[in-house]
Amino acid sequence: MNIVDRRLNPQGKSLSNRRRFIRRAKQELTEAVRKATGERSVSDLGGEDRVWVKADRLKEPVIRPSSAHGERDYVLPGNKQYQEGDRIKRPQSQGGGRGSEASEEGEGEDGFQFALSQEEFLDIFFDDLELPDLLRKEMKSADSFTQVRAGHAISGSIPNLNLKRTMQNSLARRIALKRPRPADIIEAKAELAALEGEADGADEARGKELALQVEIHERRSRRIPFIDPVDVRFNRYELVPQPVTSAVMFCLMDVSGSMTEHMKDLAKRFYKLLYLFLVRRYKHVEIVFIRHTHLAREVDEETFFMSTETGGTVVSTAFEEMLRVVAARYPRNQWNIYAAQASDGDNVPSDNAKVAALLKQKILPMCQYFAYIEVKNQDGFAQTTDLWRTYDQLIKAGQPIEARRVSERGQIFPVFRELFAPNRQTQKAAT
Amino acid sequence: MNHTSPLRPDKDREKDWDFDSLRRSYDAISDIALKELKLDIYPNQIEVITFEQMLDAYSSIGMPLMYQHWSFGKNFARDELLYRHGLRNLAYEIVINSNPCIAYLMEENSMMMQTLVIAHAAFGHNHFFKNNNLFKQWTDADGILDYLEFAKTYISRCESRYGEDAVERVLDAAHALMAQAVNRYPRRKSLNLREEEKRARERLEEQERSYNELWRSVPATGARSAQSHNIAERRNLLGLPEENILYFLEKKAPLLKTWEREILRIVRHVAQYFYPQKQTKMMNEGCATFVHYYVMNRLHDTGFLTDGAMFEFLQSHTGAVFQPDFDHPGYSGINPYALGFGMAEDIQRVCMNPTDEDRAWLPEIAGCKDWVNVLKDGWANHRDESFVRQFMTPALMRKMKFFDLHDDGRSDLTVKAIHNERGYRTVRTNLADQFDVVQNEPEIEVVDVDLDGDRRLILQHRVYSGILVKESDTAQVLRHLANLWGYEVTLAEVSAESEAVLKKHSARPTG
Repeated sequence: MNIVDRRLNPQGKSLSNRRRFIRRAKQELTEAVRKATGERSVSDLGGEDRVWVKADRLKEPVIRPSSAHGERDYVLPGNKQYQEGDRIKRPQSQGGGRGSEASEEGEGEDGFQFALSQEEFLDIFFDDLELPDLLRKEMKSADSFTQVRAGHAISGSIPNLNLKRTMQNSLARRIALKRPRPADIIEAKAELAALEGEADGADEARGKELALQVEIHERRSRRIPFIDPVDVRFNRYELVPQPVTSAVMFCLMDVSGSMTEHMKDLAKRFYKLLYLFLVRRYKHVEIVFIRHTHLAREVDEETFFMSTETGGTVVSTAFEEMLRVVAARYPRNQWNIYAAQASDGDNVPSDNAKVAALLKQKILPMCQYFAYIEVKNQDGFAQTTDLWRTYDQLIKAGQPIEARRVSERGQIFPVFRELFAPNRQTQKAAT
Repeated sequence: MNHTSPLRPDKDREKDWDFDSLRRSYDAISDIALKELKLDIYPNQIEVITFEQMLDAYSSIGMPLMYQHWSFGKNFARDELLYRHGLRNLAYEIVINSNPCIAYLMEENSMMMQTLVIAHAAFGHNHFFKNNNLFKQWTDADGILDYLEFAKTYISRCESRYGEDAVERVLDAAHALMAQAVNRYPRRKSLNLREEEKRARERLEEQERSYNELWRSVPATGARSAQSHNIAERRNLLGLPEENILYFLEKKAPLLKTWEREILRIVRHVAQYFYPQKQTKMMNEGCATFVHYYVMNRLHDTGFLTDGAMFEFLQSHTGAVFQPDFDHPGYSGINPYALGFGMAEDIQRVCMNPTDEDRAWLPEIAGCKDWVNVLKDGWANHRDESFVRQFMTPALMRKMKFFDLHDDGRSDLTVKAIHNERGYRTVRTNLADQFDVVQNEPEIEVVDVDLDGDRRLILQHRVYSGILVKESDTAQVLRHLANLWGYEVTLAEVSAESEAVLKKHSARPTG
């Protein structure tokens, strides 16, 4: 007999089977995931998610007898009252009273529920979405590195000496090796001096003892250094390659009085989706949030989504703010610039011309891509807004800009996908 | 091999065993099992694993090595979810019919549970695997692990050469036909899987060189075509009728590539390897349960097991052998543990303390006192169906309160027989039939190929008692079959009583 401990064997032997399974169920999973995302608020996304998959492609058919036809006998356990010849009404529900082996649905494997990890869920969720033209712009040189702190080392250059660590080690070593404290030596010396001063023969023995002790102490502290090379620690740095591509995403949103709570909610959802997408897909993407009324301001993420503000609507202010931020922080030769704007389409009429001009002359030339979503109340799109018309002309002129309308939560996801699908050119032609 | 049983591990328990205590238990069990029960076993290899590894093994139909396929991933996903949410407990043991016999112990189990698993799997199942005739005849315990290793490498090599999709298509189709991929009646004396593997390449090369009637593209002369109309001769040429569909495809399908044939062969071997398990499930579990019950009681007698451990054991044991009544919400057929264990105990009783009734029913063994050998002989030479036919006693039928319900498919159900003098024989016969795998699986054969026409493959299902096959699933399976065959496939359901064609299914290749 042989006992083998296999617990430390490589785990996850079935991972490749799982991968095959997910690949197989891709289409159904994608649907299930989209349905799940439709039912939940955007901020809930990303936990471990259970999805219900009902898929023909996941069925494993075998030829089995049908329970609908034919004569058969069942031997069942647990007879309580039946006598030979008793008649029992045929159960209405399929299979009931016949034992489960006769169930019409076989194993009842019509669909089943299983858990996707967060990774898998988001993978499917954002499947085949790409930031358009991400690689078109300049690459930062691949050999630029930054230094990142990475623990401690026992060798290094003096400027990197970590004094605190070094002293901790030194203290620990001194205590362990019982190195006498300077105070102990001074005390012993003082007592010795006092004894000698009295010059009394009675304490001669004590004097000798003290002298010996002073000598031992001194020898000890000479032998055990205060700081030993083994104590010394240096800060360690690692060189981390700089991101090859950098992109910045501008999120522009109208938060003026004409935007109802519902519209803001839609816009927020869109941005949250966008944010989740970017943070996941690209490690080195920076996001700038600009919200505007008749004034525009760069804000942090929380303010952008949470706080409310009232005022008029001057869209061009947001673009001006964006230009300011770009000029200050994102030189065009190092950054790919993307922008996404959400608005109800209202604008001060006198501002429309300025918006068109700004977009055409400054914003669009520097952007890789500009997405505009127009949020609406549920009652529909009765009229075409000024802003929509302005953008529409730019689209027709072949500028890199996309516009979509959204009036319900359920539309956010499809619109998002449309905007960021890799083949947006063909989709544009279709719409 | 993979035997899974529903005895429940106690998840919250602290680990209370170590390798020394496992060894001590093993030795104590070994003493009893080999000396008192005189079991004959393969050498044991006991492997301690985590619950994740158990799930892994579980979802790959219990094999420690298995080729890769999405369906195993599907099993895993489902089992894992059920397990994590506490809806289902893991089987507490898996044992593999191999030499040496591999039994898995889960690290989460208590010491009592480990003892129980060792007795149940490493001795009970192990003895059954080594001695039962079906296993001896159909499985090759020495070669199975090597063969699976070969299968796994072969299939993954195919995946990298021909693409995962192509391999998946073949495997899907082969899996759908797995139930029709066994030889129910033996042809050769023994299968040596190791040799199979060596011969694989030679055989396939030879086959490519050799002549295949189906590939003939030169038009025959008048005289010869008259000859090929001779159905008997054609069937003879193609080896028809053939019940093993995957075997037929492997040998005769005109469009398959060499590697595809090899994959069919692998799936066919796996199916064949499992076939005895299906037919002996009840006896096999009965044997293992009887052995663990006997051993645990003796360990308690000798003081090796404390009273506390004994209570823990009895709780597990009674859970495993509980048979819900037919009208109980938890009823899901006859519990093989309950019946197998019940029959073994009953046989022991008949040998030791027979009643007059037992003497009349089982004169050969009643009162013979040698229950150990009677049981071992039964386990060796029967399958579930014949075991019931041979050893089921009226006493046990009364205890289980069996009754026979007849369904003519139209009117009310009638109670045909109950556990009384008039009914014992009917109940026993029909219970035995119920365990007969051959009777319960549709009897499907390849009967002909339309060589003069469109190379249609013609299958026949012999219908007994008017039981047809399920239409939707059959259509899907036939589609898989048509994809492998390359041309249209038809299945005629023919009544065995009247030879009338009751229903026809057909499918064309989709790819």
